[in-house]
Amino acid sequence: MNLSEFGRNSIWAAIIAVPMMISPAAAQQFIPVTTYDTGPYAVNGQPFMDGFVDYLKMLNARDGGINGVKLTWEECETGYKPDRFVECYERLKNKGEAGASLFNPLGTGLTYAVIDRAPQDKIPVISLGYGRTDASDGRVFPYIFPMVTNYWSQSTAKIKFIGQKLGGMDKLKGQKIANVHHDSAYGKETIPVLAKQAEIYGFEVTHFPVTHPGLDQKATWLQIRQYKPDWVILRGWGVMNQTAIKEAARIRFPRDQMIGVWWSCAEQDTVPAGAAADGYICAGFHAAGQDFPLIQDILKHVYDKGDGAGSKKAVGTILWNRGVVNAFLSVAGIKTAQKKFGNKVMSGEQVRWGLENLNLTAADIGSQGATGLVPPLKLSCLDHEGGGGVKFQQWVGDHWEMVSDWIETDQSIVRPMIEASAAKYAAEKGLTLRTGMSLGSECP
Amino acid sequence: MAFDWLFFLEVLIAGLLSGAMYSLVALGFVLIFKASGVFNFAQGAMVLLAALTFVRLVEMGAPLWLAGVSTLMVMVVLAMLVERLVLRQLVNQAPIILFMASIGLNFFIEGTAQGVWDSDVHALDLGVPDLPIDVFGMLISQFDIFAAAMVAALVVVLAVFFQKTRIGRALRAVADDHQAALSVGIPLQTIWVVVWSVAGVVALVAGLVWGSKLGVQFSISLVALKALPVLILGGFTSVPGAIIGGLIIGAGEKLAEVFIGPFVGGAIESWFPYMLAMVFLLFRPQGLFGEKIIERV
Repeated sequence: MNLSEFGRNSIWAAIIAVPMMISPAAAQQFIPVTTYDTGPYAVNGQPFMDGFVDYLKMLNARDGGINGVKLTWEECETGYKPDRFVECYERLKNKGEAGASLFNPLGTGLTYAVIDRAPQDKIPVISLGYGRTDASDGRVFPYIFPMVTNYWSQSTAKIKFIGQKLGGMDKLKGQKIANVHHDSAYGKETIPVLAKQAEIYGFEVTHFPVTHPGLDQKATWLQIRQYKPDWVILRGWGVMNQTAIKEAARIRFPRDQMIGVWWSCAEQDTVPAGAAADGYICAGFHAAGQDFPLIQDILKHVYDKGDGAGSKKAVGTILWNRGVVNAFLSVAGIKTAQKKFGNKVMSGEQVRWGLENLNLTAADIGSQGATGLVPPLKLSCLDHEGGGGVKFQQWVGDHWEMVSDWIETDQSIVRPMIEASAAKYAAEKGLTLRTGMSLGSECP
Repeated sequence: MAFDWLFFLEVLIAGLLSGAMYSLVALGFVLIFKASGVFNFAQGAMVLLAALTFVRLVEMGAPLWLAGVSTLMVMVVLAMLVERLVLRQLVNQAPIILFMASIGLNFFIEGTAQGVWDSDVHALDLGVPDLPIDVFGMLISQFDIFAAAMVAALVVVLAVFFQKTRIGRALRAVADDHQAALSVGIPLQTIWVVVWSVAGVVALVAGLVWGSKLGVQFSISLVALKALPVLILGGFTSVPGAIIGGLIIGAGEKLAEVFIGPFVGGAIESWFPYMLAMVFLLFRPQGLFGEKIIERV
């Protein structure tokens, strides 16, 4: 080939190749993954976000994404610090073809940090089983979704569970409950609803705050020993949990009368506590284990190909499963939005519509191989929670055993409190409530 | 209602036992500060590295003694690297420079420990039951008694090492006066390696005690926060000060939380020791047993 021939061929190659290179790439739905792989809560953050990413990877590998739209994501390390989460939020909110689909902060304080920003940016924030409880009122918090079951609802299920153990709700009268809580926005979240329930059922509740990180709780538990409660409710996070369980053993408080929140309810909390954790009971809004077709698909399409986000031994553990459930519900919102707006990349505003119109029936859950993993739920523009139930599980040495069915939450207590609290927030902030809505109605 | 003196005594004993565990961490700070003038911000990270190395080796099948020896070797290598790559490069620099270097070292050790091993939580069982024993109606943890005994044993070993061995006397000479020690032929660099190695041993013991209490995980590096008020109170250069300071802080914070806490909303035990230390500073800036600084002009 002489020089001029080489030149001609090169020009033809360029003419053919350049349009191919600049042709539009396949549509990609961007989902920010804000996580904490470092710091005192990395123990919990890592498996959660591994599960989240593994589900997205599985959808891409098995289905090519959602209805032909590939999923793409970028991780950002928050260290469980609100200021760093805000940095991540600002950095990622405009990424992707239509910006960030939604955010999952994985922290109540982190969620609080973007409550005012999310409506301005029109990006939904899912706070799955955490966050500000009154954000369940979609009239005041149009972009915040404390989905499945919020803290107040969970608290009503806990008291119902205790009532069941005692043989009836009337037996709660005169009982003494110690609320051992992380001294933070998250830990204090249930104080109002416990006060309300104490008033209704006639039990006594005393609050015992524990400061971060909760390495040494002797003083707290000596006070509890003096108080002589019938039940202890544990609202801890991270190292606070196993320390509390061990301290309970040290004062010989029965672990099966100790009921933890779902953030005190993972293998990371019980295994380090050793034998002290035997009998410990806690709440959950999803199941543990690998015996679900959906999780088998993740093993087949992700882990068997050596593409898992984390260690295979984490698959099926509580926090890994919670990450999967979080991603499952996020995707369910995007899918619902696609039904209305078409099978293309959804904007944050469209995903918000999808979440508000999410109606996840038992049949839908079954068709996706997640029966028993996630409870059915139905959201609306008024109700951003969805009415999920709560199951209770007990640690039996090396694994969890379910000790209850799904217990319905008591919305007759919770909903008026949510609306009153949200209205107060709206008045303080000078917000105008979205109007023309009622529970279960079509969203505007 | 009459004051419950038995309960007061129970809280006091629990506080003293907690204080002994704070002293364990404070000891590492004191050793390094005495010999190299560095406030070692990385002491907590050294506790994490030692405990994580130990527990991961045990999980891989190593017997306890082998895991212990191997971890000690890791801590000695760390001491050599710190001396070679950090201290030697910063000779004659201002204390604040050394302090800043130790902050960098802290992040490096934390990251390396979690990167090489992992950031998961690991159960550590030393074979000591963590069950209470009943003493006149008071419940006292067997494990806490064991931990306090470990602290006492460590202090005895350190005392013998410093007082009766040649290298220990050299360490004391360096601690008293670097220039004078150098002038009589004591090799400063070797001494730094020895001191950082000894601090590594203390970190291992602290890591084992705290790790079996909390599980070995990142959070045990935060026990360093518990040592700071102990150091302020006891003095940065005194081994007995670290012990006495730890006991005062441990007892003080528990008594404050139980008997004052309920009147001010509770959760005061995290800041009460710092307040106690600050008040103490007003009257005795060098701490209980710290050396009084006399500046001649």
